[in-house]
Amino acid sequence: MPYTPEKPPLPETPEQLRARIPGWGADLDPADRPSVPRERRDLDSGAHWHEPEQQPGGEDRERSIEHARLTPAFGTAQPLHGLSGAIRRYAYDRFSEGRAAHWLLLIAGDRVDAWESHLASFVSGRPDNPVTETGVLSERRRHGLSSRRDGKRVDVVHQSFDPVLVGGSWVVAGVVAVAAARTLVRRLR
Amino acid sequence: MVYRGPYKIRVEEKDVPRIEHPNDAIVRVTTASICGSDLHLYHGLMPDTRVGHTFGHEFIGVVDQVGPSVQNLQVGDRVMVPFNIYCGSCFFCARGLWSNCHNVNPNATAVGGIYGYSHTTGGYDGGQAEFVRVPFADVGPSKIPDWLSDEDAVLMTDALATGYFGAQLGDISQGDVVVVLGAGPVGLYAARSAWLMGAGRVIVVDHLDYRLEKARTFAYAETINFGEVDDVVVTLKRATDHLGADVVIDAVGAEADGNLTQHVTGAKLKLQGGSPVALNWAIDGARKGGTISVLGAYGPIFSAVKFGDAVNKGLTLRMNQAPVKRQWPRLLEHIRAGYLTPSDIVTHRIPLEHIAEGYHMFSAKLDGCIKTLVVTGDA
Ligand SMILES: NC(=O)c1ccc[n+]([C@@H]2O[C@H](COP(=O)([O-])OP(=O)(O)OC[C@H]3O[C@@H](n4cnc5c(N)ncnc54)[C@H](O)[C@@H]3O)[C@@H](O)[C@H]2O)c1
Ligand SMILES: [Zn+2]
Ligand SMILES: [Zn+2]
Repeated sequence: MPYTPEKPPLPETPEQLRARIPGWGADLDPADRPSVPRERRDLDSGAHWHEPEQQPGGEDRERSIEHARLTPAFGTAQPLHGLSGAIRRYAYDRFSEGRAAHWLLLIAGDRVDAWESHLASFVSGRPDNPVTETGVLSERRRHGLSSRRDGKRVDVVHQSFDPVLVGGSWVVAGVVAVAAARTLVRRLR
Repeated sequence: MVYRGPYKIRVEEKDVPRIEHPNDAIVRVTTASICGSDLHLYHGLMPDTRVGHTFGHEFIGVVDQVGPSVQNLQVGDRVMVPFNIYCGSCFFCARGLWSNCHNVNPNATAVGGIYGYSHTTGGYDGGQAEFVRVPFADVGPSKIPDWLSDEDAVLMTDALATGYFGAQLGDISQGDVVVVLGAGPVGLYAARSAWLMGAGRVIVVDHLDYRLEKARTFAYAETINFGEVDDVVVTLKRATDHLGADVVIDAVGAEADGNLTQHVTGAKLKLQGGSPVALNWAIDGARKGGTISVLGAYGPIFSAVKFGDAVNKGLTLRMNQAPVKRQWPRLLEHIRAGYLTPSDIVTHRIPLEHIAEGYHMFSAKLDGCIKTLVVTGDA
């Protein structure tokens, strides 16, 4: 009890723990723990340079305004493009990582990107297929019902309305957008 | 695999990645795995996750090409690649903060580089693929010792190293009572590692019975199912003679369940940078003067964390992305000695073609899923 100085007794002695658990106490000495101390100057990272060479081709690469320069290496996986690209570039150019606007714009860019890509996929040779891409067919093969009935899972409550929550905000945004467009059209007339 | 938008992925043919920097290598992936962190991407929670992005930061493979300045690797080497991308020489790398490199991620300064983890961590495609570009090939990857199996090796690239690192962040001393929130791969490894550091009791909390069963058999832990108790914090206090835990490890992160409002605002509506339920349980469940180790990933905006309690209790909060390669030499010793048996938690092995179903199964926690390996080729 914390009302007196003693630490509550443990159910097992170190000898019992050592007998029951493989390796118990092997890293008792902090000197054996590879991340103690956190900062060390004596590790060999394998780098054989003082400063890495610059990866070429980064002239247009978006970057955080908290960086003083483009980093020596950078990913080139999905360059910015389209409307989502413009939103993302604005988020990078205008707001630091310290600003919620930076991240909320990036999330907005993600949603626009998804819709742009879904639409583009319908005119491509390979339209998005929500059935195969969401993997819901695994419900049958992976015991969807019995897995959820097992025990006292608390996520089952929201799993049932996850699709609504995940997609629903876009339905709402769509309705708002249509209403706004109508108002605009009416005003222009 | 490529991302097509929230909850949607598919397999596509892409060009083989090219050497883009003199110290790049191209690795042909043989085994990859799906991490709890991938679920944050899959659910559309991670800002700047672009359609077409290939996920996967846990992978091993064979070196297929090397750039002109690569000295430590050769074509044909069987390598494991830490999930961190890092240069080895910036201010942070020079101090051993290998998960916090400043030279690889132009998109953000607050986070280093990670394979297949959106443009917020640098815009590098990941390893749930046939080929992957590996920057700073002289720094990150290591040759896999002959005696180590592919399955144990792929688990070293993140989950095992992270759990082991998390136990170290807890600064465990002999006889400490350690509570681990979350019985996913990271939590299970953290619980098992806590014993190596001399814990006196290890208690694992989750709401999935099949994972708690694993916590008892694999991690030798006591367990609490938070779905079955009225108030987890009170349960933890009762379990610790009303003292609270010396150390609490958060191995849950941004999509924590247990409080519907927090879950929905944090994980679904994105009104906060993740659901801080587990973090708050950690703060309330720890003893005064105790330590909290945060492994769970959170988003880059604010979350409703009970900071006042953390201050009033004088807690030490420690956290980071795991600097994976720093853990390897010691982890290899522990695996060799039989102290750690990483592949015991693997429940599913699937081919790359079935990855959409693999994600759904792991996300919805179906079929007893704990860890899924994606087998992409033959070594
Ligand atoms: N710091 C790092 O370097 C690092 C590395 C890998 C993973 N991670 C993070 O660690 C976390 C866990 O990863 P994982 O692969 O084990 O994922 P996982 O999804 O398999 O496991 C999470 C577990 O937490 C449980 N859970 C949910 N809410 C809970 C609550 N309130 N209390 C207790 N348990 C709860 C879930 O039921 C699940 O079993 C993720 O957030 C992941 O992003 C961090
Ligand atoms: Zn991970
Ligand atoms: Zn660096």
